[in-house]
Amino acid sequence: MHVYLTLLRRELGSYFMSLTGYVVITSVLLLLGVSLMDVLNKLNADPTELPLTEFFYITLYFWMVLLLTAPVITMRSFALEKFSGTYETLMTAPVSDLQVVLAKFSGALVFFLITWIPLLVYLVVLHYYADLNPATLTAPLVASTFLGILLIGSLYMAMGCFASSLTGSQIIAAAISYGLGLTLFLVSLRTMVSMPSTGLEAKVFAHLSMIDHMREFARGEIDSRWVIYFVSLTIFFLFLTLRVVESRRWK
Amino acid sequence: MTETIIEVSHLTKRYAGHRAITDISFSVARGQIVGLLGPNGAGKSTTMRILSCFLPASSGTAIVAGHDVFRDADEVRRRIGYMPENNPLPTDMRVREYLKFRARLKGLSRIQSRERVDTVIDQCGLEEVGKKVIAHLSKGYRQRVGLADALVHEPELIILDEPTIGLDPNQIRAVRQLIKDLGKQHTILISTHILPEVEMTCSRVIILHKGRILASDSTENLQRKIFQGGPVIAEISAPLPELSECWANLDIIQHADVSPLDGEYHRCSLTPQNGVDLRPVVFEQVQRHGWTLRELTRGKHTLEEIFVKVIRGDKEEEERL
Repeated sequence: MHVYLTLLRRELGSYFMSLTGYVVITSVLLLLGVSLMDVLNKLNADPTELPLTEFFYITLYFWMVLLLTAPVITMRSFALEKFSGTYETLMTAPVSDLQVVLAKFSGALVFFLITWIPLLVYLVVLHYYADLNPATLTAPLVASTFLGILLIGSLYMAMGCFASSLTGSQIIAAAISYGLGLTLFLVSLRTMVSMPSTGLEAKVFAHLSMIDHMREFARGEIDSRWVIYFVSLTIFFLFLTLRVVESRRWK
Repeated sequence: MTETIIEVSHLTKRYAGHRAITDISFSVARGQIVGLLGPNGAGKSTTMRILSCFLPASSGTAIVAGHDVFRDADEVRRRIGYMPENNPLPTDMRVREYLKFRARLKGLSRIQSRERVDTVIDQCGLEEVGKKVIAHLSKGYRQRVGLADALVHEPELIILDEPTIGLDPNQIRAVRQLIKDLGKQHTILISTHILPEVEMTCSRVIILHKGRILASDSTENLQRKIFQGGPVIAEISAPLPELSECWANLDIIQHADVSPLDGEYHRCSLTPQNGVDLRPVVFEQVQRHGWTLRELTRGKHTLEEIFVKVIRGDKEEEERL
């Protein structure tokens, strides 16, 4: 356990000691800021009964943040260590492969969540200073929204770690993880652009649609099916990552 | 103590398409400084990577500090300190911070790690740079940080892959001295392609060539093997004809090569007939003729020549048997 915590602290530290960390935080701040402006304009134009958190999902900014930051956050996790050779000193220390994978993953996830703190601040500001219908912004709504962010973040971080474990080049890692993330997003988008009529196809796409799942979380509806969907995919990608890390033993 | 700390038997490592090491066996006793000597691509790094549990062997076994490197990798890793080739370090950390991180990673408690980090910083002469970011350190200091990392958990065995590569002569001397000092308390396995390094630091040498062990012997024996019958270079002040005639008249000199230097001096490169040490002979001649001698050295051997010698030596032994 203490090895895991040591590794985790190192991972988090490396985000804040590198320029990448601050670039990511700045761009998320910018995107969330624009997103807030949009929400404010809409609210000024006509009052709404919709949960306020849902507004943040209707805009494309949320997905831009996710799709663009996830590869940048995770690309360094394994690729940089392999590139600089520190992977060898890391893996010859008495640490298990699982500890390394979990530390890299959770380090990325914690950093990802930190970049979302501004959203929380915006919501608090709106709560105190905007003339809102109280039902549109409640604590459970915010909690379920952040649960959604945590779940989707886990999935994207796990995919990113997997991509990074495959290569010694950060650029290739970012490209693979962007490809994976975008594919999943486009599958979701399919249900929005032209919903398949009925039958099996419609069911499958409805299951895969992250956009719909996230909207439900933003509305405060926590459906265990979607929780399981995200958690199982996350575990799947972490399992793949672990296999890749172990593979040097049987190559 | 004659307890063995490394026991390697029939180790083979195949990469896709070629063999990095083929059926090597050796053992290292506790308390020795052992050098793995060989040109680039001889399989030194591969051997070390297997011993440090980074790569698995294709076949054969290696027991380090009483544990199998494949089955008990965790136990082995706890007992060794390994510095890979080119000494990779995270450039964004500070020296003390990095050493502390490594100490904690290797299972030391908070209090232990503070103590040990202080000790190794003192041992490796890093007091001045403890708070510096590793990216801003000179190569010599980085090498010391790598050594300090290898030492920090008081390992039973230290494995150093080319510890002096890329350093300037002063730094090389400092690092070698450090390794020698460490050798008083630890067992050390170092790899190098520089012969004098082995002569200076190691008590035993294992010569690797193309993935096989060519020789495994004490440094003294190896030196004798190598330098016995080697060429001798003398710088002598004497008339050229006199010199040439003198060497030509001596039967034990197989080949003499005399070339003029500044003033009266001539450089004589002499190859002996059959394994004789020519140095006393040269001195005797100088004395008899009343010449002036200003330099008398053994010819320098390159690694390639040593391989040729060692291989030839082995063949001769085989023929004798």
